[in-house]
Amino acid sequence: MIYNLPFLTVVALIAIGMYAMLFKKNLIKIAIGLTIVESGVNLFLITLGYREGGIAPIFTNLPPGMSPEEIPEKMVLPVPQALTLTSIVIGVAVLALILSLAIRIYRHYGTLNAEEVRRLKE
Amino acid sequence: MNENGDRMSIIVQTIASILFPLALIFSFYVIMHGHLTPGGGFQGGAIGASAVALLIVAFGAKYVEGKMEEENLSIFESLGGLVFVIVSILGFFLAATFLTNFLVGEPLFGIIPAWGEAPLNSGGVLPILNLAVGMKVIGGLASVVLILAIASKEGEK
Amino acid sequence: MNLMEHLPALIIAIPLITAFLTPLVDRASKKARNVLVFISLLITFILVVLLVQRVFDKGIITYVMGASNPTETIPKQAAVPIRIVLEIDGLSAFMLLISIFISFIGLIYSFAHIKEGGGRFYTLFLLMVVGMIGMELTGDLFNLFVFLEILSISSAALIAFEFKRATTIEAGIKYIIISSISALFVLFAVGLFYGEYDLLNMAAIANEIGGALSHIDKIALILLFSAFAMKAGTAPMHMWMPDAYGEAPGAISMVLIATTQASLYALLRVCFTIYNEALHVVFPIALILLGLASIFIGVTMALLQDDIKRLIAYAAVAEVGYIVLAIGAGLYGFLGGGDKFASLEMWKVALKGGIFHIFNDVLDIGLLFLVAGGIIYVTKERSLNKLGGLAHSMKYSSILFLIGLAAVAGLPPMNGFASKIIIYESIYGVSPILSIVAILASIVMLAIFVKIFHAIFTGPKLAEHGEVPKYMLASMIVLAGLIIFFGLFPDIVLKNLVNPAVNALMEYGKYISAVMG
Repeated sequence: MIYNLPFLTVVALIAIGMYAMLFKKNLIKIAIGLTIVESGVNLFLITLGYREGGIAPIFTNLPPGMSPEEIPEKMVLPVPQALTLTSIVIGVAVLALILSLAIRIYRHYGTLNAEEVRRLKE
Repeated sequence: MNENGDRMSIIVQTIASILFPLALIFSFYVIMHGHLTPGGGFQGGAIGASAVALLIVAFGAKYVEGKMEEENLSIFESLGGLVFVIVSILGFFLAATFLTNFLVGEPLFGIIPAWGEAPLNSGGVLPILNLAVGMKVIGGLASVVLILAIASKEGEK
Repeated sequence: MNLMEHLPALIIAIPLITAFLTPLVDRASKKARNVLVFISLLITFILVVLLVQRVFDKGIITYVMGASNPTETIPKQAAVPIRIVLEIDGLSAFMLLISIFISFIGLIYSFAHIKEGGGRFYTLFLLMVVGMIGMELTGDLFNLFVFLEILSISSAALIAFEFKRATTIEAGIKYIIISSISALFVLFAVGLFYGEYDLLNMAAIANEIGGALSHIDKIALILLFSAFAMKAGTAPMHMWMPDAYGEAPGAISMVLIATTQASLYALLRVCFTIYNEALHVVFPIALILLGLASIFIGVTMALLQDDIKRLIAYAAVAEVGYIVLAIGAGLYGFLGGGDKFASLEMWKVALKGGIFHIFNDVLDIGLLFLVAGGIIYVTKERSLNKLGGLAHSMKYSSILFLIGLAAVAGLPPMNGFASKIIIYESIYGVSPILSIVAILASIVMLAIFVKIFHAIFTGPKLAEHGEVPKYMLASMIVLAGLIIFFGLFPDIVLKNLVNPAVNALMEYGKYISAVMG
């Protein structure tokens, strides 16, 4: 049961993020909701690689007395860590883009309420 | 209030001036040891960008923009990207395909270490790629933080 | 060193190097930057043509990044592919040709109207081209996600390029939020696949799925299907398309059509190659219903608009509906619902019609967007209520608009007629109602565009304007020439480009064995 806890957290984070994106009107709150959904998906990717009793998959981190053939059972998987890192970088870029667009909308209209800045209706 | 109303007091400015080179050295350490310890290009680059953010908070965005122009950051970033793609293309002139590790066995970065040892001189092409990514990330994230700081100050006036 | 072996990597690397060089060259001189971007896209175009010829001669080409030999997909110590594999078959070659050609035409058009901020514009344009081409070349699911994100971020920045008007920024925000959500769905599905099989390569996953789906495969299928359908602009998830296409600067609206077709390509890969025979029959039925909804909504909402580009964008939604309808019918027959069709294997013909329509759609709607961009550039007006009588001063633009209009409505001798008649005939087998709705929608679209033509071009002259600049005219004439040429000789495209693409879609076994050996 304890090993399922990260997966339950993933579901909770995605649900909270989706709620913020769908039901909040402030543009900054929508951007925060997007970041929360993204954190949930990143947590999911990291949790996939866990092996019980594993150590960090670093080359220089082999404890003394362990031969290289035992590595697949003792170290956690390193590939999901690379996938998560790429996803975090992409998330930073998207967040920077959304925030700069939000600043420009604020300069045009003076408000950040998504219902008041809508002009493209039909 | 002086005309640069967004500067902080003299104590904060002095400490920030001392901490800025230390933070840059730390970011360079994390970038260059990416193949041996946790870290690498993006992580070290983010630390470098946070060093620049420390300067912006202490001295004000206009002052930092006057000293470290945004054009220089853009040039720094483009150079990082160019180094990455050129090293990848060298992969198929010097060895077999795109992005091969052609420095394994060469004297520059190519020592193949035994298990448990960690010389800095190993890893092949990886430290060069880490450095290129680190340059790009420092340039990119620092200019994002600088431009957002300037833009939000302009909006308040 | 044989350069022809390294073509796939060069096709991604050359625009990427130019994208990093453009900010540096831009500080030196503007003309040098224009020449640099033009030369690099020209070289990429020639390399793509060489690659496409090689694929049609030799079959599927694979290229492994970082191996000692470009075709060594499975390393000696392992039993599965480990490195990033680029895999090009007939369908990828077809989509590559369309994407690079449309980007090249868009580049020539943009030389006329980008006056300031050009360094940013061309960097983002080249990154968008890299993203499009990368999505169509790769054979690895996570690589597909990364290129999808590169594409979305650069297109969102390009849509919001003219930031003096507030509606462009609103369109940019809507586009980036929807693209981010669909990319996160794709990443979740990639995580599910990795957790189950320890594999990221598309052909290897297809080999593991075999014929039976487990529960995790079904969840991943639903996530991938809805994410790519959302990015391809099928109703009811089409809401971002009128905003994004309508507010982008002139040439970008046309290149955006090619980017949405890249997402449609990814949907085809997921349905036909990864899940091949194991796909449940509800998915082609869903595709047919989504196509019908897109056609209906696109044509109906186009009646209400009075902004030129937004109206053409709704027509683009309807055209995507045609493509998805034909592909859904083809997928339905592929999965064994073929007893509903006539015995001549009309489902293969439906698939051919759908893929041929991908080619024609971007040419027709692209020409309409270019003419609309030229009108907005010369007269600085966007609303149909204020334009009028332009045929007196803009003779070439009126003729070109007439050609584009006839092509979109499906009138002979334009290429729209050739693909639309294939679609009408072949989807009759699934249900006659579909054919009737499709033909009626074409007639309504003809009526809408005749109304626009009358409103903009005929009538008394309101003000004196010049003709559009030379670069714009050159790109529009090239597109119009291709429309008429492929309308008169559609067999050239069908035999040489569409047939290999459809065969590549249906023979998923060859795709899998090219990687797995």
